[in-house]
Amino acid sequence: MTSAILLQTLASGVLIGLIYALVAVGLTLIFGVMDIVNFAHGEFLMLGMYGAFWMYALFALDPLWTLPITTLGLFVFGAALYRGVIQRIIGAPMLSQVFTTFGLMILLRGVAQFLWKPDFRMIDHSSVSGHVLLGGVQLGLPQVVAGAGAVLTTAAVWLFLTRTQAGAALEATAADREAAQLMGIDSQRMFTLAWGLGAACAGVAGALLATFFPIFPEVGANFVLIAFVVVNLGGFGSVAGAFWAGILVGVVEVMGGLLLGPQFKTALVLALFLAVLVWRPQGLLGKA
Amino acid sequence: MRRTLLRGAAALMLSAGLGAAAQAQTAEVKIGVIYPLTGAAASTGAELRQALELAADIVNNGAKGLDMPFAAGGGIPGLKGAKIKLVFADHQGNPQVGATEAERLITQDKVVALVGAYNSNVTATASQVAERYQIPFLNPESSSASLTARGFKWFFRTTPHDDLFVHNAFEFMKELQAKKGIKIAALASFNENTLWGNETTKLQAKLAPEFGYTLAKQLTYPAKSTQLTSEVQTLKAAAPTVVLQSSYLGDAILAMKSYKELGFSPDMILANNAGFTDSEFIRTLGRDAEYVITREVWALDLATRNALIRDVNTLFRSRAKVDFTGNSSRTFTGLMVLADALDRAKSTEPEAIRRALVATNIGAEKLIMPWKGVQFDASGQNTLGRGILVQIVDGKYHTVWPFNMAAQDVVWPMPAWDKRKQLP
Repeated sequence: MTSAILLQTLASGVLIGLIYALVAVGLTLIFGVMDIVNFAHGEFLMLGMYGAFWMYALFALDPLWTLPITTLGLFVFGAALYRGVIQRIIGAPMLSQVFTTFGLMILLRGVAQFLWKPDFRMIDHSSVSGHVLLGGVQLGLPQVVAGAGAVLTTAAVWLFLTRTQAGAALEATAADREAAQLMGIDSQRMFTLAWGLGAACAGVAGALLATFFPIFPEVGANFVLIAFVVVNLGGFGSVAGAFWAGILVGVVEVMGGLLLGPQFKTALVLALFLAVLVWRPQGLLGKA
Repeated sequence: MRRTLLRGAAALMLSAGLGAAAQAQTAEVKIGVIYPLTGAAASTGAELRQALELAADIVNNGAKGLDMPFAAGGGIPGLKGAKIKLVFADHQGNPQVGATEAERLITQDKVVALVGAYNSNVTATASQVAERYQIPFLNPESSSASLTARGFKWFFRTTPHDDLFVHNAFEFMKELQAKKGIKIAALASFNENTLWGNETTKLQAKLAPEFGYTLAKQLTYPAKSTQLTSEVQTLKAAAPTVVLQSSYLGDAILAMKSYKELGFSPDMILANNAGFTDSEFIRTLGRDAEYVITREVWALDLATRNALIRDVNTLFRSRAKVDFTGNSSRTFTGLMVLADALDRAKSTEPEAIRRALVATNIGAEKLIMPWKGVQFDASGQNTLGRGILVQIVDGKYHTVWPFNMAAQDVVWPMPAWDKRKQLP
């Protein structure tokens, strides 16, 4: 095992980890603000990928150029979903909430399969393709661009939450809904914003992923389980936690697979997850 | 009640003794079909559904000019022209769902036989239910060898199984070495980790030393992976001449992408059907699918020598908008074999159908498969099936083995990724 292979694998792990992180950021945002676990989050990602795909297939527009449209589209979709569906179950028992988002997951998958067939699709000529060589490490350009995009998006979300008034209002609602409301913050607007932002993050991740990953109605399932682990690992509701945990999961998965054998890669991630649950139940960066 | 019993007994005796059914007129005969219509294998499931519907349509309504059994239409002659009615069930690629759906089809829909289920692990559970209820289960396309090693009485499989296919792959390598004067140094087996992949891995590990090859690396991976980086790196480090790979569609695509990304190019990728022969494989990967060799049971270029294959494929194409694949042609053949048994059974009693299946003897000329025919042994396995190998060149599958059926020569070695023709 040469150091070149180790380095190469480490880099691949970080890059896929950044995508995990971005998917998880959207999930953790929604959970953090309103304590609802969104099981349909993987399907937001799927919609983002299809959005990018169709603009590519129908109008020959590159996924990276249409990224703002995809993002905006998912934002509107997430916000509308909140207004139309989620708003009605805010006070409902946890089980109803679980079933609602779970049902949404099945519905969205079904609709995608109905409208776009269960076929696998691929964007074969995106503006980014080929490889870059970084100190002997060969990296796929689409992956590098996707990783960079994930970092920028996560940073933007983080800045929004910590540096703007709307972000502060969102954080305040997350911390204490009623107190925030007494301070004149409209919690319904904040919830709508959280769903919009959460879905938009999945949209960005989807558009970035679409440059190198096959697109099909079930694609969300591949990512969402890992996203849940990442959210737990980083601490429910913590954007920075999700970011670092995403990278950690990516690296553990890939490096563990290389060093111990690929059959252990998922087991390792879940073992790490269990260890953190025992040692630090609130997650790496979560508040106790 | 007693009268019905008597009548039933009489029917049984008659059908057993004289081979003539004394059953009331059967207007339609219900066959339960269990396939992955949603879930990860849904695109394959949709294709198989088209193949089944075509087969049923030929039996029920005929197909002009087609030179094969039942092409005259008008249902199944032996059952007084009863029409085939397919009752579809979706197993979602899930063995538990497969078992439940099989039970539902048998108890609620009262189907006379079951056909399914593509995924070997679902076929395993669904056929177990059929065995318990003593209903014939015909499996056209699951290739896990263990399925016919269970001593089942009601299970019949038309396709050759993995033992044979994997054996074919090794025979091919031996013959290729002799033909081209090359040396295959080391092999790696790279398989997904459900029942099918694991069975294949075991078999490859057994056959490699028998054929005098070193199995340099043996890897299994979870089919629903988001990345295969560590797997491909491990393969790359082992530097095998040939990668023997078993993958479903999603992971086959992901693996090819990862090979390219990490610059891994062995001299040959010898794949084991499934994902590599799905019609989406080439469409999705485009030029990156080139030079892969995969085992098949069917190839479009067989039609150049066989009019029946050409004609049935034309019918399929006009319906499904794609050509037959190894999967859909086998599923089609499976239902035709069942129809043949129903015709000879002259009854819809499960036992009569089972006995007719046991006595099946269909010649090669009546099949759209490159087989020697269909005959079942005591385990329910068709002993006359055989596989072929195809290579993807210029976006199409070409038969390359057996060498006497080959449409073109094997491209060896597979060119490295950076040495390939670039698209304009």
